[in-house]
Amino acid sequence: MSTPLLEVKNLSVSFDVSRPWLNRKLEGQDKVLLKAVNDVSFSINKGETFAIVGESGSGKSTIARLIVGLLKPSSGDVFFEGKSLSAGLEGAEARKLRRRFQMIFQDPFASLNPRWHVADIVAEPLRVFKTETGKQRREKVGELLSLVGLSPEDGAKFPHQFSGGQRQRIAIARALAANPDFIVCDEPTSALDVSVQAQILNLMKDLQDKLGLTYLFISHDLSVVRHMADRIGVLYLGRMAEIADAKSLFVDRQHPYTRMLLDAVPDLGMTGKPRKPVEGEIPSPLDPPSGCVFNPRCPLANARCRTERPELRLYGPTWAACHAVEEGRDKAA
Amino acid sequence: MSTPVLSVEGMTVQFPTRRGILTAVDDVSFSIKAGEVLGVVGESGAGKSMTGSAIIGLIEPPGRISSGQVFLHGERIDTLPAEKMRRVRGRKIGMIFQDPLTSLNPLYTVAEQLVETIRTHLPLSAADARKRAIGLLDDVGIPDASRRIDDYPHQFSGGMRQRVVIALALCADPDLVIADEPTTALDVSVQAQIIDVMKKLCAEKGAAIMLITHDMGVIAEIADRVAVMYAGRLAEIGPVRKVISDAAHPYTKGLMGSIPSLLSDAERLTQIPGSMPRLTAIPQGCPFNPRCSYAFDRCYIERPDPLPHDERRVACWLYDKEEALS
Ligand SMILES: Nc1ncnc2c1ncn2[C@@H]1O[C@H](COP(=O)(O)OP(=O)(O)OP(=O)(O)O)[C@@H](O)[C@H]1O
Ligand SMILES: Nc1ncnc2c1ncn2[C@@H]1O[C@H](COP(=O)(O)OP(=O)(O)OP(=O)(O)O)[C@@H](O)[C@H]1O
Ligand code: SF4
Ligand code: SF4
Ligand SMILES: [Mg+2]
Ligand SMILES: [Mg+2]
Repeated sequence: MSTPLLEVKNLSVSFDVSRPWLNRKLEGQDKVLLKAVNDVSFSINKGETFAIVGESGSGKSTIARLIVGLLKPSSGDVFFEGKSLSAGLEGAEARKLRRRFQMIFQDPFASLNPRWHVADIVAEPLRVFKTETGKQRREKVGELLSLVGLSPEDGAKFPHQFSGGQRQRIAIARALAANPDFIVCDEPTSALDVSVQAQILNLMKDLQDKLGLTYLFISHDLSVVRHMADRIGVLYLGRMAEIADAKSLFVDRQHPYTRMLLDAVPDLGMTGKPRKPVEGEIPSPLDPPSGCVFNPRCPLANARCRTERPELRLYGPTWAACHAVEEGRDKAA
Repeated sequence: MSTPVLSVEGMTVQFPTRRGILTAVDDVSFSIKAGEVLGVVGESGAGKSMTGSAIIGLIEPPGRISSGQVFLHGERIDTLPAEKMRRVRGRKIGMIFQDPLTSLNPLYTVAEQLVETIRTHLPLSAADARKRAIGLLDDVGIPDASRRIDDYPHQFSGGMRQRVVIALALCADPDLVIADEPTTALDVSVQAQIIDVMKKLCAEKGAAIMLITHDMGVIAEIADRVAVMYAGRLAEIGPVRKVISDAAHPYTKGLMGSIPSLLSDAERLTQIPGSMPRLTAIPQGCPFNPRCSYAFDRCYIERPDPLPHDERRVACWLYDKEEALS
């Protein structure tokens, strides 16, 4: 097998959420660490879309920030074409590597500087990497705006003159400016309504075909993920519960958490299939359950689940971290 | 036929501005029966929230209902004096807004807020009101309600706060509940619980529910009928099965096609070209004409009103009988 484009190995990060030092001293408290991402591994092949789904607070955005280098991992590493990103973060080579990564954020309103012309926003990555002359840059910006379905003249406008969907197009044009191979998209359409979302998702697929892009696509919407992804990682409380290719996840799902998520999706097909009620809520990441983090909500949990942490293992085409799957107990249920 | 719980007739909401009069809701008519859920969908800015606010008499001035009538159990409410309307709102109409934090006061415990609201509207002692409040929290699925009731809002997770807001809206056994995107900010797992609570409310208490949401899955699951709004007008209204699986209005067709599905393998989503016109620049004729692939001469001249078609009403010249004959 060829080297994957991106490989995430045993990535973990903790946030220090303790009270200030003085309070801790006075009140005799310990440091409080929140483990937002806990020993996560996956890889993404060139030209594919890998999606991460999970409930709010499961650590999706934190993984995105770790990958694009906005955050340093507590342990573990990210490899791009086999090269470690944390080993050589400094230096020209790392800069060159970084240029091939871009990120699109959830909120098209907050991620664009309101005082800049759209042309300057889109050109920003070009300037940072200082490759083109002024004229080349203007031409490139015009091309990029056309590519995302806007017109070159729109460059003279300000972000507030655009609708939410158009602003997300601007953000995509900016991400494409640096000629990236790999784009991390953190909930790129959650702030948009469905008809605008369809325009953006179609655009992203077209661009992928045209430019051979690889996407890490983060979303909490299973239908969107189903539409976009080749492979899907299901994240729960900072741990990967399951990694499967998109088709098999929806047909032949393994992990009890995945099953619960899918059963909770309202049914547009109106097949009359009863939706199963969801048990409990995602626990506090400050005090995660021992053993399998899903055990308080899992219908298949037993004594082993409460003490021993399950690791990802391969079952057919699917990776799952679950004792019941390993023991074959899930099929009985 | 019994009188519907809510009946809206030809309601128009306008905002005078420096650049002329904005019509945010334009000649909208519909009704909701007891025990019925009406879903309201449509693009952002289509006037869904404004329709809800207008019904409960909470339009930000200088906006106002410039024509039309609103009836609750056959009684006109849009002309009630503010003080009377305030009482109707608390007693007979429950409201659930998108952001649970705006409806809860962070300085008071959940118990204090629920008990006060209950006692404002129902003749109960403090102890009985508290009992009722605990029962309501139970109903909306707050575990350990008798203990959690004395917590402050910030001590609840987002999904639980939204359930508290629902309990608050149901305090006085309202006849009508207007829920504006009650599940949008929530995860699917929590969303499913909220849907169940609302379903139960309808079935057991015979409440009428107006449910505004972007989520077609939620509509398919609990609505009996659905109203599709576009540029302040009703584009289509009818039984949920008809509208979802056999949309009539070209806008509804586009909207349905644009939703990714768990069941479909389509490579591309249908997309509606362009975007909704600004309220200051609604084209002549049908407001959807610049984006409509079926548009013909008449669409650029005359504005279509919702006309009966196949168990529903559709505002599109394609379904005008005379048009069909010619
Ligand atoms: N800078 C930070 N300091 C402390 N805690 C943080 C920080 N950033 C994230 N967290 C915590 O880490 C956990 C994971 O957060 P993250 O934003 O990655 O979740 P998410 O899966 O993206 O959720 P959402 O769907 O709501 O965006 C949460 O419990 C969050 O509160
Ligand atoms: N105070 C106001 N003054 C003038 N126009 C307003 C005011 N409030 C809302 N509008 C306009 O009324 C129209 C309808 O808004 P409304 O909030 O009802 O949309 P909506 O369908 O609920 O959209 P969304 O799905 O984004 O919530 C919008 O075009 C909006 O810009
Ligand atoms: S390991 Fe146990 S608790 Fe965890 S998902 Fe599997 S069966 Fe459930
Ligand atoms: S009236 Fe004409 S423009 Fe409007 S939706 Fe129907 S066909 Fe399209
Ligand atoms: Mg996030
Ligand atoms: Mg609204």
